[in-house]
Formats: sequence, structure tokens, C-alpha cells
Amino acid sequence: MKKPTKRIYMDHAAAAPMDKRVKKAMEPFWLEKFGNPNAIYKEGLEARNAVEKAREDVARVLGARPKEIIFTAGGTESDNLAILGIASAFQGLPLDNPRVVLGRSRSHIITTKFEHHAVLNACKFLESQGFEVTYLDVGKDGVVDPKDVQSALKQSTILVTIMYANNEIGAVQPIKEITKVIRNFKKALPGQKPSKPFFHTDACQAPGYLELNVEKLGVDMITINGSKIYGPKGTGLLYIKDGVKLEPILYGGEQERKLRPGTENVPAIVGLAEALKIAEAEKEKEAKRLSILRDYFIKRLTTEISKVVLNGHPTERLPNNINVSILDAEGESIVLYLDEVGVACSTGSACTSESLEPSHVIMAIGRPHAYAHGAMRFSLGRSTTKKDIDYVMKVLPDIVNKLRMFSPTNIK
Amino acid sequence: MADVDKWVYSAVVKDHFMHPRGFLLGEPKEEEFDAHGEVGSFACGDIIKIWLKIDKETDTIKDIKWQTWGCATAIASASAFAEMVLKNGGMKIDEAMNIKPKDIADYLGGLPARKFHCSILADKAFKKAVESYRGHVEDGKARP
Repeated sequence: MKKPTKRIYMDHAAAAPMDKRVKKAMEPFWLEKFGNPNAIYKEGLEARNAVEKAREDVARVLGARPKEIIFTAGGTESDNLAILGIASAFQGLPLDNPRVVLGRSRSHIITTKFEHHAVLNACKFLESQGFEVTYLDVGKDGVVDPKDVQSALKQSTILVTIMYANNEIGAVQPIKEITKVIRNFKKALPGQKPSKPFFHTDACQAPGYLELNVEKLGVDMITINGSKIYGPKGTGLLYIKDGVKLEPILYGGEQERKLRPGTENVPAIVGLAEALKIAEAEKEKEAKRLSILRDYFIKRLTTEISKVVLNGHPTERLPNNINVSILDAEGESIVLYLDEVGVACSTGSACTSESLEPSHVIMAIGRPHAYAHGAMRFSLGRSTTKKDIDYVMKVLPDIVNKLRMFSPTNIK
Repeated sequence: MADVDKWVYSAVVKDHFMHPRGFLLGEPKEEEFDAHGEVGSFACGDIIKIWLKIDKETDTIKDIKWQTWGCATAIASASAFAEMVLKNGGMKIDEAMNIKPKDIADYLGGLPARKFHCSILADKAFKKAVESYRGHVEDGKARP
């Protein structure tokens, strides 16, 4: 097999190329319709209409009301707004420690050990501010047990934040079951039905593959990101159920119900909404197509190369996610060798990050370091064909053999 | 590509990484080497093992072989170290003991800063091998 003339891109979970239809929808809002949506003259109204139409489109996909949608500058910001926003709303005045501005009542938050860092580090910050945080274990297959959520809930719990689908291993979390657990907990509390704990889910990897209807999911807040769904980078949204009160994390004008001040990024908002609409419309067909390719790829990886193990649940996983640990070969080396023969993918491990620590996700599912450093993520997308996978399976075994040839390890 | 703090490897690193030289294929034969040293761990993500054949009379390194599990830097620096040591018929042990991580990085045309401290392990594995060799020679014990 010859080196392919075009790149084989298998890192859609990191960034998906923008859809041409999205680009087209955004086009008028750079030059012609450039107005500030807050202005009351023609140019302003034009921009305002575009933003509000985008909000309606998003609301329709989520089965929500337009006023429940807040546009942000990405998944990280949406996660921070949800978590810090709820925390702030429950903040108390400092008591004995002047550094502790928030969390007088040791308000409690529940999350998991394998969240995205946008959630984990926001929670860690709150811990430093006096909040109590429970980081739930996840099972060996990367799925949270709703019973663990149940046992962690307590009267002081203000927020449960659990991702919809893990970005590294694609494991889909039982969101509806967790909703049930939280609702039952609330019902059992004495007195009036309390509003808290609220339930937030980071759904950045979910659109285009999973159910997004907020009624069916029963969540109070959802984070969605544009660049993972063939939309523009630096775009995101937070669904906030009517009645859920949070404090902003930025202060300024009154845009986005005062929750996200700053002049609206009109082209980005239009692009995000268009991308979400397309993802939803093509969901069923694309999820089915990619699931077949995913299972084909996993089968070939685990049978044609020795000492390869699948990370994450075999079926409760995103249709586009493949994550395997290839033992006795290290992730970064495999990525660079694949790059050289025209394939883009990533390590499950964060070896490219400043810390050089292995993936917290692979460690959270109970794998040893040797497995975490050999983790590889292939995330498929709209351009992926069976031929692409066949090409990877043609080149990868030789790469692994070569790296193993000069490796002193023999991982059992 | 001068800014090595960026996530970009130099052409020399890439060459050593894609075409590593001087590694040991499989297990060493009996009496093939005089000493070996190993450093690193699964936890840190890099493991390197180095074998030495030494000319006792002249204290010169006649051969050096390595095996590495790890990232591009770990592999390239092992390959580069072996090449450096064997240049001009092999360095004297004391001369090779003076090779610092910076010398390896310079030989490779620079390395990303974040990779500098944790992934250049060849010099450390070499020192371990030499310690073991000298220990055995001084004790007059049979060598491994």
C-alpha cells in the first residue's frame, strides 16, 4: 500500500474540521452584517436577529427554551460558568479564614476522577476555597455507577457534575440514571422540594452521536462546544434550565442575561448553531456508520497486533472513539511514526502537556502506568472511511514491531 | 525551527528517532558485554538499558548498545549517545563519563525544554553501567 496522497485525520475529538455549510452560514457576519447586536438601528437589529435565531435553533435541538441558552467562548468557559456560577450563588461570607471567600457552609460538589480538566481544575479551585469535593471512582470500563453518586449525595451537596461521554476513552455515562438518583434524593429530603443539588453535564463529545434532549436527560445544565462538532473554535454554549440561578464569572454588560457579558461573537454563534443543527440532523445515520467502522477497527487492532487492550466500555462508547493501550511501545512515539506516514491521531496520555504525566483517565480506570503511557486515541469523523482504517492497519503493526524491537520492556 | 521550546523536534532528533542506530536486538549473548545499566520507570514513561564492551587495557569503550521504551526524546538521545561514544574508535570511559545531557541535546540540534530533564536518560544509564563495571573490576569478581 502506498503512502496516501491526503492525510488521514483521526483526531476529531481534539478538533473537527469546520463544515463547509457552517462556514457558509457564518460568511455574511464578518463583513456585510457586522453590527453590534445591542444597537437599535438596522445593522444592530440584523445582528440581533441572527443571534436570536441561532438561540432558537439550538433550543430546538436541545428541546429547551431559547432563554435557557447562554453562548460562551467554548467548552472550558461553559464548564467554568456552570461550576463556579453555582458555587458563587451558594457562597457565604468569610468566617475565620479571610482567604476563604466562598463556601461558608462547606457546600459539597460531586464529580468524577476522569472529567475534563475544565471541570476537574474548577473543582480543585473550589476545594482550595473551602468547598468539599467528592471525586467519584469510575469502573474498569470507564462508566460511573449511579449507586456511587447516590451514596455520595448529602444535604450539603449543591452540584453534581459528570461528563456525558469521556473525551479520551469515549465511555458514555448513565446520565438518565444519575438524574433519577438525584431526583429521588431530593424527594426524600424533608420539607419543601429543594432546588439543589443541580446536575451539570459536560456534553462536548456528545452532539452528533447521543441524545441531547434536556427533558429526556433531566439535567439542569449542559456544556456544548463548537469545535468538536465541525463548528468554529472558541465557541460554546451552556444550557441553564429556567429557575437555576448562577452568578456570572465575568462582569460587564447585560448580554446573555448578564451571565456572559461582552459583545456577542455573532459569526461564531451563527456557526455553532448551524453545526449543532447539522450534527443533530445527521446523527442517526452517522452514528450508525461510525459504530460499524469503530467496531471493525477495534477488532482488527486487538486481534492483529499482540498485546493491545481496549480502554473503556466496548459498547457504551461514542461511535467515533477508539482508545487502546499498545504495550511495550510508547504513545508519543507511535503518534510521531504514524504522522510520518500520513496519519494524525493522539495519545490518550497527556505526554504532550507540560506535566508529562500519563493520562488521568487511563489511570482512573485502574490501568497501571505502563498501560497509560501506551494509550492511543483514534477518533473518527465524517471523512473517515473503511479504507482509512485499512491503511492504518497496514502501517501500524510495522511501527509497533519496530518500537518493540528496541524496547527493553516486556509488560505482562 | 530554532525555537525548541515549541513542540517541534529538530531534523537530527527526527533522524535518530526514525532511524535509531546502535540498539541491541533481543537479549545479549553470554560474554557479549562487560557491563550494563538501566534507569527510568513505567511511572515516568521512559526506560533505558545500556550495555558496554570495554577494552580493559586502554579503558576504552569498544561497543555500546541500548534499548529504550519511551518517547521520541528518550529514543533519539540513546541513539545519539551511542554514536557520540563510538566516534573515532571509541571514547575512553572517563571521557564518556563527562558527557552531559546538554551535550546530547546540542548533538541533537536542541530539544524541547520540557523534555530536557526527564527524557535524556542515556548518560545516566551509561554511568550506572560504568559503576557496575568498575565495581566488578575492583572486586576482581566475574563480570556479568
